[in-house]
Amino acid sequence: MKFPYSEKVLEHFRHPRNVGKIKNPDGKAVEGSPACGDMVAVYIKVDPGTRRIADIKFESYGCASNIATGSIITELAKGKTIDEAKKVTWKQASEALGGLPPIKVHCSVLAVEGLRSAIQNYEERHGLVKEREPTTVDVVRKRLRKVINPMSGLNLVRTNLVKDIEVKDGTVRVVIDLPGNHQFASAIKEEIVEKIEHLWDVKKLMVEFTE
Amino acid sequence: MLEKVVYLDNAAATRLDDRVLEAMKPYFFVVYAVATSEFGYSQGIEARETLDKARGIFADVLGAPPEEFIFTSGSTESSNIALKGVALALGEKKGKHIITSKIEDFPVFHSAKALEKQGFRVTYLDVDNDGFVDLDQLRESITDETILVSVQHANQEIGTVQDIETIAGICREKGVLFHTDATHTFTRLPLEVKRVPLDLITVSAHTIHGPKGIGGLYIRKGTPIAKWVDGGFQEFDLRAGTENIPGAVGFAKAVELVTPEENEKLKVMRDYLIERVLAEIPSTTLNGDRWMRIPQNANITFHLVEGESITLHLDMRGFAVSTGSACFSRSLEASHVILGIGGDHERAHGSVRFTFGRYNSMEDVDGVVEALAEVVRELRNISPLGKEKEQEED
Repeated sequence: MKFPYSEKVLEHFRHPRNVGKIKNPDGKAVEGSPACGDMVAVYIKVDPGTRRIADIKFESYGCASNIATGSIITELAKGKTIDEAKKVTWKQASEALGGLPPIKVHCSVLAVEGLRSAIQNYEERHGLVKEREPTTVDVVRKRLRKVINPMSGLNLVRTNLVKDIEVKDGTVRVVIDLPGNHQFASAIKEEIVEKIEHLWDVKKLMVEFTE
Repeated sequence: MLEKVVYLDNAAATRLDDRVLEAMKPYFFVVYAVATSEFGYSQGIEARETLDKARGIFADVLGAPPEEFIFTSGSTESSNIALKGVALALGEKKGKHIITSKIEDFPVFHSAKALEKQGFRVTYLDVDNDGFVDLDQLRESITDETILVSVQHANQEIGTVQDIETIAGICREKGVLFHTDATHTFTRLPLEVKRVPLDLITVSAHTIHGPKGIGGLYIRKGTPIAKWVDGGFQEFDLRAGTENIPGAVGFAKAVELVTPEENEKLKVMRDYLIERVLAEIPSTTLNGDRWMRIPQNANITFHLVEGESITLHLDMRGFAVSTGSACFSRSLEASHVILGIGGDHERAHGSVRFTFGRYNSMEDVDGVVEALAEVVRELRNISPLGKEKEQEED
């Protein structure tokens, strides 16, 4: 039989590791993408002395790459300190899985974000976070680096699709260098909204396309 | 090669019937001339006669004179010719308004979108929760500028069959041309132009165990339609291109092989699958109307799980099906049909389409239902929503 995924992806899809909830977790997060519809929940238990991830579990409402990435990040993160685990990247997860199709990046990046958010949640709950950062053009750009261009599997900034960013009085305007009726325009827009809209000082977000 | 699979995606493509291949063979190896060579040599005459004979089969089935049916490369081309051909013929003369529905298949949907860019105005009719177009909205939308109404005979995903007689009647009464995409109904449901006043009908061989790359378009005599594919004078000077005679022969044979008994058998499999799934697997919803649906289609949403995961698990167990989930599509967009019938992303996300064909059996239905029960249970076990749901129920 032939499948669109690597053996490793299929193996994790079929037998996902560390599935489920943790009762009274030290940190937890649910990441969801309306563009794809996928959701990932990540739960962690952190050793208070060493700050190492003692236990981690995940749940997925998603497609094969979403499930497989959720599974692999639990393996990658377990036993690491929270600072090390925060640095686990999508690329590492993808490599550990023997590669993922570029179009599937946006489904799989969720699990990596879920891990980071669960750690952030832990830090917030344990008084480890610094001051809230105001939203600037740089902050927006940094966030857009997490939005994947499905044509290449690379982020919007890296593929030069971000034409303009403006931040003024709580209004953020992002111009994407694609026609509004492009195949991926609505998916990209939804992901941008999801990454930026909820920032604490953003009152209005406009995502525009050229043409 | 692949192991034997239970193929339940017959709306996408079908296994070629061996008898179709046998019928086609001589036109690859013995009579391979084209009909346009009829005044050159005798093989050309034979090619012409063969093409005429094939065309005659369609004329009989549709109840129309043979010169009202042209062969094309498939439904995509047929619907392109219908919409763009009428637009080109009437756009300047009569008006630039076209009416279609929100749930059309891509050939009609994207032809309409392309015409919008050329300055045409398109009304996309709403559909109700089962996928039936709003007939009042249709009546109200027709103006003096309207040149064409294009509403599918049945839906490609959810299988709902439109009230084509009424729609055709409304168009006839208002003097507007009517096109229907009958890709998923041709030979499965009766469609005669003597009885229903249709002006243009899209059909294809690939959905009825015929070859890929051949389809047809019924064009009622006198329908203003501009030639879209330019070249030679083939197909009554309406569609240029070397005649695909093996294809036409294969398509005609495929049409002859469909029987009322087969359509009845498909319906029995469909109903058996729907009844078993809805009864045995919790949190499932049928998409499309329960009864006004094509005999070969069942479409069910398995809530709280994602469709691509279901299809991949089923594939590993030897069953081929399709889903309306965004993750499955190249455009990353959820099915416009499920969204069109008022479903949310969640409903599209877990929707699975099962389409039956000649080579399926009741055992296949038993097999897929049992596999589904297992797969859906496993996926709900790892779903964050699934757990919440169970707790709520507790």
